[in-house]
Amino acid sequence: MLAALRCVIHRDLLLAARRMSDVLTVLLFFVIVVSLFPLGIGPDPALLRTIAPGVVWVAALLASMLALNRMFASDHADGTLEQMLLGATPLGMTVAAKVFAHWLISGLPLVLISPVLALQFDLPQELIGVLAISLALGTPVLSLIGAIGAALTLGLRGGGALLSLLVLPLYVPVLIIGAGAAEAAASGLGGQAQILLLGGLLVFAAVFAPWAAAVALRISVE
Amino acid sequence: MIHTNTSGIPSLEAVDLQCTRGERTLFNGLGFRLRGGELLRIGGANGSGKTSLLRIACGLLEPTSGEVRWGGESIRKLQEEFWSRLVYIGHSNALKDDLTAAENLRIACTLAGFSVREEQIGEALRRLGFAGCENLPARVLSQGQRRRMALARLALSDAFPLWILDEPFAALDTSAVECVQDLIAEHVSRGAAVILTTHHEARISAAATLRIDLEGS
Repeated sequence: MLAALRCVIHRDLLLAARRMSDVLTVLLFFVIVVSLFPLGIGPDPALLRTIAPGVVWVAALLASMLALNRMFASDHADGTLEQMLLGATPLGMTVAAKVFAHWLISGLPLVLISPVLALQFDLPQELIGVLAISLALGTPVLSLIGAIGAALTLGLRGGGALLSLLVLPLYVPVLIIGAGAAEAAASGLGGQAQILLLGGLLVFAAVFAPWAAAVALRISVE
Repeated sequence: MIHTNTSGIPSLEAVDLQCTRGERTLFNGLGFRLRGGELLRIGGANGSGKTSLLRIACGLLEPTSGEVRWGGESIRKLQEEFWSRLVYIGHSNALKDDLTAAENLRIACTLAGFSVREEQIGEALRRLGFAGCENLPARVLSQGQRRRMALARLALSDAFPLWILDEPFAALDTSAVECVQDLIAEHVSRGAAVILTTHHEARISAAATLRIDLEGS
């Protein structure tokens, strides 16, 4: 079973490596959105410092939503998904592996580049750290929740718009807590509470989301 | 030629299946019992429900009523236990355009729950007439070659007691059709069960061939 999971992750990474444009689109979108804010708002360091966590988080959320459509769509189109449904590995585990691969491709690059982008907002060093940690814990939650939405809207016409409507309400708490971490740290309260909450959300989503997405996939493929 | 160890393989049983897609009832009260060493051929016009029947038989689609049993137990209950004994090759070839033939085949096998060695993959691809194209991405292959690539999995799947094949001969040339027919005949003679749909009058020498013709409506 572990071999099958490793194979799924390896395959998705290999496919992403052979088609880098998909990965770069998401990353570029994130970089562009975040970089436009300092240009549009003007060089007021105090204001930029205040809005930085929110801007970075909103951009990360939109960027990860941009990549959601692709999570199961190509496997569905070419029939690989049917083989996964009929595989010897429990579907929930396969989905978890796919979500992990999806996060490595579309979430991790955002986390890694966020400290560089945060410099544009004149954020102090320790806040940059808190922001990166909150993103590292928060973006996998976004991928996990998104997997349920992507599985539910699979194969529907206009699924993209429906997908955003479905997952956005579930993304909002993650956004509030995630952006709140750096804000709390900036105000001297320390962001531990939010970081712990995010960690809790991640554990919760990691346990339940793959299972829910697996059920949704079985329904969509019928 | 024919092995007698058919008793070790559970039978696949369909009981009173009904399938309704949208407003149309495709079939009603359909049942069969397939034991090891038997071949079930499903015929019928386009749109008569052949693919739906296969998808019901492998558990991808839930029948409107009735159930499918493997060794007397409902496949809905068995889930992975049933699927780990099954090879299903559907209409779509389940190939990734950006991966090579060998990579695609290895992934298909790993997903099905068994690992294969490099030389086994080469041999399976050669058997389906793939010598020399192992390292080409699937994107550049023709429709028939892609079908062969999907079917190459059969050459590695002799341990699976049930094969369900949807139009395996579509887009294949005569030599490939013969090769796939041989694979199926060999598998049936090993005591496994095979279900397939086809428009071809395929010549497969099997000890027992069942036939279901769907009428459509």
